[in-house]
Amino acid sequence: MMGFSRSCQRVAGLIVAGLFLGTQAVSATAEEVVVYSARIEALIKPMFDAFTQKTGVKVKYFTASEKELFERLKAEGSRTPADLLMTVDAGNLWIAEQAELLRGLNSTVIEKNIPAHLRAKGNSWVGLSVRARPIMYSTERVKPSEPSTYEALSDPKWRGRLCFRTSRQVYTQSLVATMIKTLGEKRTEEIARGWMANQPRVIDSDTRVLEAIAAGQCDVGLTNTYYLARLKAKNPAFPVAVFWPNQADRGVHVNISGAGVTRYAKNRQSAIHLIEFLSSSEAQNLFADVNYEYPANPSVKPHPLIAAWGTFKADQVDVAAAGELQVAAVKLLDRVGYR
Amino acid sequence: MEAGQTRDLTYNTRRFGGRFRADPWPMAAGIVGLIVATPILVVIFSLTSPTIDIWTHLWQTQLTELIWNTLRLMAGVGMGVFMVGTGLAWLVTMYRFPGRATFEWLLILPLAIPTYVIGFVFRAIFDYTGPVQGWWRTMFGAGVWFPEIASYSGVTLVMTLVLYPYVYLLARTAFLEQSAGTLEAARALGASKLKVFWRVALPLARPSIAAGTSLALMEALADFGTVAIYGYHSFTVAIYRVWFGMFNRHAATELASLLMLFTFVLYLLERTVRGRARFYQTEGNVRPSAPKTLRGWKAWVSSGVLSLVVGVAFVLPVVQLIVWTLGAADYDRRYPDFLVNTLLLGVITAIIVVGAAVVVAYGLRLSRSRTSAAFARLASMGYALPGSVIAVGVLAPLAFLDQTIDDLLQKTLGISSGLLLTGSVAGLVFAYLVRFLAVGYQTVEASLIKITPTMDMAARSLGTSTTGVLRRIHLPLIRPGLSAAAILVFVDVMKEMPATLLLRPFGYDTLAVRVWQLTSESFWDAAALPALTIVAAGILPVVVLVKNRAVIPG
Repeated sequence: MMGFSRSCQRVAGLIVAGLFLGTQAVSATAEEVVVYSARIEALIKPMFDAFTQKTGVKVKYFTASEKELFERLKAEGSRTPADLLMTVDAGNLWIAEQAELLRGLNSTVIEKNIPAHLRAKGNSWVGLSVRARPIMYSTERVKPSEPSTYEALSDPKWRGRLCFRTSRQVYTQSLVATMIKTLGEKRTEEIARGWMANQPRVIDSDTRVLEAIAAGQCDVGLTNTYYLARLKAKNPAFPVAVFWPNQADRGVHVNISGAGVTRYAKNRQSAIHLIEFLSSSEAQNLFADVNYEYPANPSVKPHPLIAAWGTFKADQVDVAAAGELQVAAVKLLDRVGYR
Repeated sequence: MEAGQTRDLTYNTRRFGGRFRADPWPMAAGIVGLIVATPILVVIFSLTSPTIDIWTHLWQTQLTELIWNTLRLMAGVGMGVFMVGTGLAWLVTMYRFPGRATFEWLLILPLAIPTYVIGFVFRAIFDYTGPVQGWWRTMFGAGVWFPEIASYSGVTLVMTLVLYPYVYLLARTAFLEQSAGTLEAARALGASKLKVFWRVALPLARPSIAAGTSLALMEALADFGTVAIYGYHSFTVAIYRVWFGMFNRHAATELASLLMLFTFVLYLLERTVRGRARFYQTEGNVRPSAPKTLRGWKAWVSSGVLSLVVGVAFVLPVVQLIVWTLGAADYDRRYPDFLVNTLLLGVITAIIVVGAAVVVAYGLRLSRSRTSAAFARLASMGYALPGSVIAVGVLAPLAFLDQTIDDLLQKTLGISSGLLLTGSVAGLVFAYLVRFLAVGYQTVEASLIKITPTMDMAARSLGTSTTGVLRRIHLPLIRPGLSAAAILVFVDVMKEMPATLLLRPFGYDTLAVRVWQLTSESFWDAAALPALTIVAAGILPVVVLVKNRAVIPG
């Protein structure tokens, strides 16, 4: 065992070198904005590239799921390198606001571009795209006259024909939270019990819900529209169509993706500029094209593929309700046995 | 090496431990155990201030269901990996049949596939919308019955297929180490072949099989990817639901500490199974039993069964991944970087974890103090915790250290160190250490325990220090075990996703992070390339491990 300690030293040296490989200062300079994003790279990079091209300001981004980003932001506290937080779902943005991870901003540009009901009071977060969650139905087994409302999916005629997303998914929770806001907890629970009585198949992905409808495993489901758009873009004959529910009353459940400037942003001005840019028609067109979402800026038209599904009446309930009532929604879903 | 059930050679704990009490190793073991256990203690201490309303709610709605689901998952997966792992190991070590040498290492390959990958791949193949059921319906009509894959049986089957290699790997080594003499003696005394297996070979291999099974079960407990994909309502799913559905990280942590109770049950079981028996190798060399040649249908059935296991657990998913990659690959110029980052993390962590495992195992061997043992046990519980829970447990102390250092530097020198540990490779590797110490420790301990203490005593009585004994006797003897531990940890780190996602340095993406990014948006076909790269990078060391007969744990 000659040279044992020498080889030990060498290995130790290598390890120490490796451990601090990643430790490069990430605090951005004035020409940079650092973004923590729960939206994946493919969906944000085109906008960031356009921003850099236009302003010369570089955008660095770190992607992870919301819970990871929030924990990291909290732990990093005032030393965080993050200037901007991007995520989906008003509920998530509301939590970030409640946890005091974000700080409001004044910007006439943003206020002009984005309608008030898609922003937090004081603009601590700003909606950048809108996603609708209508009823999706099989064009082969369901007549367009059959579905009507979210509530009516509890009708026994849908027994064994429904595909739902898991209740762990925030989209489901937000839908139920906004229903609680409008219909009250008691009524919402009755509806949810009705859904469960129809023995829906619970699937952990919107895309899979649509594929299940197409394959004949179920006839009707609830998903966000852009998932259908992606499938339709690949295969125009995909046998699933959109039904806009609740058009006679409150309208289709909509949610947003959005961004807010972090409380301890080092490059606050650049971060505000980035949100302003993201709300502009140039970036909004990119949102529409990259991910088939509805633009949050009303002056921008949606992608032709989804424009073809027609216009609809959207639920105007304050999207922040999704956050406030999310715990109540999860508990309700637990009670009715919706896993 | 004579693997004998030599109870009389068991440590005389008090005397042996007492004599070397002033030694540095038990102390070092305690310190390592304590450091690694800190994040786990953070999790456990959450129970001191329980979130009553959430517990009441869970009790009213699902707690019994969660416990039942988790227990029967453990029972099913435990039985599954035990039977598949032990059975296959026995088959390939004791018999000769067509393709045996190849199967010997092929059988271990499923280990290289992350559970979250096998989850979505199997789902794509066997789900209602997949090709298998599509074909089934065209054959037998639209309404025909097909086993539901998103079910208890489906989840148990998938987990068994991915996790059996832990048992196989360790059981195979144990069988290889059993000398032909022991088994032949049993035969000569009139025991039937079956009886030799049940009464001699199996009991002798007990520690290894127990270690393998408990590793597999801990991984099953911590798994989120598979249970989430198959909609199985287990503890991990509930933890995430409380954490993010109810914004209550505290309650989620409390649930996680309840999850650790299951590992405690597991530990007790393992202890019971192992009994008080100790197994020592008393000779340096062993004449392994010569495999018996199977002929005719027996040979073909053996090859057939093994082909089926390898085919379903490895070839099928890999082929599906390749098909996806060719169809819609996410080609990206940064893949070499992702790969280098992944490999680097794997290598660094493997070395550190094995080092820590040796310190803890050797320290415990010397002292057997109950406190140190408790810390070691606690420190290896991380393997049963979901990666995110560990990551948060790690994040708190790291952030605290960063703040303290920064404040100190600002006060004394007027400079800011910013975040030194949070979001550094060091922080991430620490999380891996907490998560994977069990893998290193179990494997190293399983090797160390076979070295008879009389060797320690002889060497010590000749004036060698405890450090000298470790360096000159134990480390050379357990070198195969060390490589096995290193390789297992290396592969585990490459597959790890949640802790990496939370703690990785800025701009330091790994292959697993890439898989997460793509699957989180349902781009499964695009995720195939990074997933395939993880598998490929994991295969190489695994093959080396098995191909090289010398490099065998034990």
